[in-house]
Amino acid sequence: MTGDGDGTDRRSPAVFLERQTYRRRRLMDAARLLPVLGALLFAVPLLWPGAEDAGAAAPLPTSRAIRYIFLVWALLILGNIWFGLLTRGWSGPGRAEDEAEVPERGLG
Amino acid sequence: MATLNLMVLVCLAYVALLFIVAFAADRLAATGRSTWLRSPLIYTLSLSIYCTAWTFYGAVGYAARSGLEYVTIYLGPTLVMVGWWWGLRKLVRVGRSQRVTSVADLISSRYGKSNLLAICVTILAVIGITPYIALQLQSITLSFSIFFEDAPVGGFSDASVVFWVAAGLAVFAILFGTRNLDANERHHGVVTAIALEAVVKLIALLAVGVFVVWGLSGGVSETMARIDASPIGEWQVNGSRWATITFLAVAAFVCLPRMFQVMVVENDDERHLRTAAWAFPTYLLLISLFVVPIAVVGLEVMPEGSNPDMFVLTVPLSQGKDTLAMLSFLGGFSSATSMVIVAAMALSTMVSNHVVMPIWLSSQADRASVSGDVRHVILLARRVSIAVIMVLGYFYFRLSGGGAALASIGLISFAGIAQILPSLVGGLFWRGATRSGALAGLTLGFALWLYTLLLPGLGGGLMPDGVLSDGPFGIGWLRPQALFGIEGLDPIVHSVMWSMLLNTAAFCAASLLSFPSPLERLQGAQFVNVFDHSAGPRGWTGSVAQSEDLMIMSQRILGAREAQELFQREAALQGGRGHLPEPTPMFLERLERELSGSVGAAAAHAMIGQIVGGSSVSVEDLLAVADESAQLMEYSSQLEVKSTELARTAKQLREANEKLTQISLQKDAFLGQISHELRTPMTSIRAFSEILRDNEGLGPTDKVRYATIILDEALRLTRLLDDLLDLSVLENGQVNLNMRSGILGDVLDRAISTALAGEERPLVVKRRRAQEGVRMHTDLDRLAQVFINLIANAEKYCDSANPELTISVHDVGGRLVVDFIDNGSGIPAEVQSTVFEKFFRVNAEKAGGAGLGLAISYEIMQRLGGDIVYLQGQSGGAFRVSLPLEGDRLAAQ
Repeated sequence: MTGDGDGTDRRSPAVFLERQTYRRRRLMDAARLLPVLGALLFAVPLLWPGAEDAGAAAPLPTSRAIRYIFLVWALLILGNIWFGLLTRGWSGPGRAEDEAEVPERGLG
Repeated sequence: MATLNLMVLVCLAYVALLFIVAFAADRLAATGRSTWLRSPLIYTLSLSIYCTAWTFYGAVGYAARSGLEYVTIYLGPTLVMVGWWWGLRKLVRVGRSQRVTSVADLISSRYGKSNLLAICVTILAVIGITPYIALQLQSITLSFSIFFEDAPVGGFSDASVVFWVAAGLAVFAILFGTRNLDANERHHGVVTAIALEAVVKLIALLAVGVFVVWGLSGGVSETMARIDASPIGEWQVNGSRWATITFLAVAAFVCLPRMFQVMVVENDDERHLRTAAWAFPTYLLLISLFVVPIAVVGLEVMPEGSNPDMFVLTVPLSQGKDTLAMLSFLGGFSSATSMVIVAAMALSTMVSNHVVMPIWLSSQADRASVSGDVRHVILLARRVSIAVIMVLGYFYFRLSGGGAALASIGLISFAGIAQILPSLVGGLFWRGATRSGALAGLTLGFALWLYTLLLPGLGGGLMPDGVLSDGPFGIGWLRPQALFGIEGLDPIVHSVMWSMLLNTAAFCAASLLSFPSPLERLQGAQFVNVFDHSAGPRGWTGSVAQSEDLMIMSQRILGAREAQELFQREAALQGGRGHLPEPTPMFLERLERELSGSVGAAAAHAMIGQIVGGSSVSVEDLLAVADESAQLMEYSSQLEVKSTELARTAKQLREANEKLTQISLQKDAFLGQISHELRTPMTSIRAFSEILRDNEGLGPTDKVRYATIILDEALRLTRLLDDLLDLSVLENGQVNLNMRSGILGDVLDRAISTALAGEERPLVVKRRRAQEGVRMHTDLDRLAQVFINLIANAEKYCDSANPELTISVHDVGGRLVVDFIDNGSGIPAEVQSTVFEKFFRVNAEKAGGAGLGLAISYEIMQRLGGDIVYLQGQSGGAFRVSLPLEGDRLAAQ
């Protein structure tokens, strides 16, 4: 699906340029939000009842904690894979504005 | 059971393999055919030096003690990698564009190439990392001793093992970390060896994990059941520690010198981050996946009181799986060695660039361009630094006795390194961050970390017990682990909270209060807006610089061949014929970056500065710094110009509109007037004609009277129509002028007698006949028509009780000027501009004519080559008629 989208965009860059740029911006927003989401999800364990707490709730079994943490972890990794795939073509012809000065660095 | 000889043999064989891999990779990189050496995979694997022996052995011990808390150490880096687009990408871009060689170099470079800051960071790093290195040595020693605790072998002792391990690691780091002074400071050999070690440790830990889960526990669900039944089967993590350690891991992952080395300095291609962003978290996930099962099974299987830090080794050993144990041992060995090597390399770069080189440079009484190989000095400094760091680690281990739990040393180290974070992040994202701010924050954070965490944590009498329990000099609120009287916090949480809070506060406050130097501001703009411009930040004034001196100096740092190549390339770029390029600012800037790869930004800056005689900030640079304000100012001035233009146009439009409105009104008024004018004579003509026709008995006197009236009215009509026709002819330029010579006074006489004939209220005309004897050549009849018009107007419109008209004649600028000034109230200012328009009348009721007189006069004067204007500022109505003098006229003909 991603490949198809790229292909269409490349065939007619002029027509879809604005939409493409817009999508890129939103994709960057999503990439910036992802660590925030991760931090929030990893902060959820702060709410769990612990063995040392004197509260009424029974402490959470470690196996469930493991399942939750590793699931979130895997989801974040998948999110990054997805973002990496979408942005793979960005260094190609229709590069983002922030990569415009790449040639300047080629000194050594 | 393995013998000591076998163990040593395996270790030596493994190290030999690493040597071969590193050597081959270096050779391959030198030939330039090493595409896979620069692959994202190698990059990702090299990042795994984050997982040291602390991870390999310590994580299991950590889990056995505190349950799932260990996972925070890996969640932090995961978050950093997940947010790579936001943070790491910028860090790597800055590192590459500024040719940064270490985290100290980055901080120094950002804050105006301040070497003081670099020294601070270096000291902080050395103090923070030395315990960490000791920790690695300890883990190797422990793992050795595990194999022999049951069967003591002659010649084995902890001390000797540690010594030989430290020496071996130092040799490896020296051999591959300081073989050459690469401009990019990249070490393909070491990085490849580390990648191999990363694979080994991952496979080893996974193998133990698989053995524990499927071999000992019998599957995933059984393992989960065992976990829940174990002492760590319930969620027991302290929330504040969970959050604090996650934050520490984030900070350490970015700031640790060894992480900075592999992540930024050794980065070949920014795009590798894209792969590493998901591949490295995956690596971390896999590494920590089996930690809890191993810990739980270890707690079950192993006898009471055995060290949980060594479960990874002891569990397979206790089950008789010697090969697995050996693999596990190699994994631990890999983790420890890779960390020590890279950390020693990174630290030695910092020490040699920021401490040794500046001292050496200043100790040279004469200039840097005198003979002597700086390369040699740098390499020697690095080698000695590596050795010194290893010795420090060794002594730390010996002195501390290696008793403390692995994880706590690691966390103390993390907390120290995290003090760099505010300056680093502030420098990358805040242009207002200054050198003073960074210095204040770093110093305060470092001091607080020492006071609240490192010294109390070390024990061993470094901090007297009295200070710990009652505070220094008995001041209770200064107790190291209960600052400001806040007690009951976990020591790590307490220290991190206070040091980071006050560090950040000092950083921000000092930044806000201080004023940065121009170089700092330039560098700040370069760092914060790295994606906008990666061009050089400052200008050298190259006019004084001597290319030869630069050449000599570069040869000593880069090596003769490399320096000559570089200079020739530059000369070719400049289009010169010789082999020495002109010392243009651009060349000096590139040279400085090239040198900074070898000796660090601050030293390179200082060395070139010595030869060139100081750097200057060019106007362009200042403009670049002030680009926003400059753009704003330019924009606003453009706006201003546009708005004045608009205002002018609007004024013109308004005037035009007013004129149009007046003209339109005049036209309407004229149409009304003209129909009235036409109708009045027509009405009387018709009425008197009817009387003449219908009344038979009219006397001859009456008949004559009526006929005269009819005739007068017909004449009036004819006159009006004549005027209209006249104007139309004049306007279309079809008039024929009857040019004659004459005297002005005669024309005036005729005009006055014509205009004032038959008026009952006499207008007094004042003249000076002496002036009027001017001879002229023009259409005298037309000129008289103009005069008649003006005099008749004065007679008609002058509202004075005793109307007077003054006619004066002058010669103004070679032109004959005749002024007609009456003593009335004149023409109102708002209609002065339309006096000469057709159909103009000041006052419709008072009017006798059709409002064509002045328009006709104007047209006539234009035809005669003269002009007629309304004179402003006179007492009454005033018209000026000007004509070319006869001489001009003749000359023109």
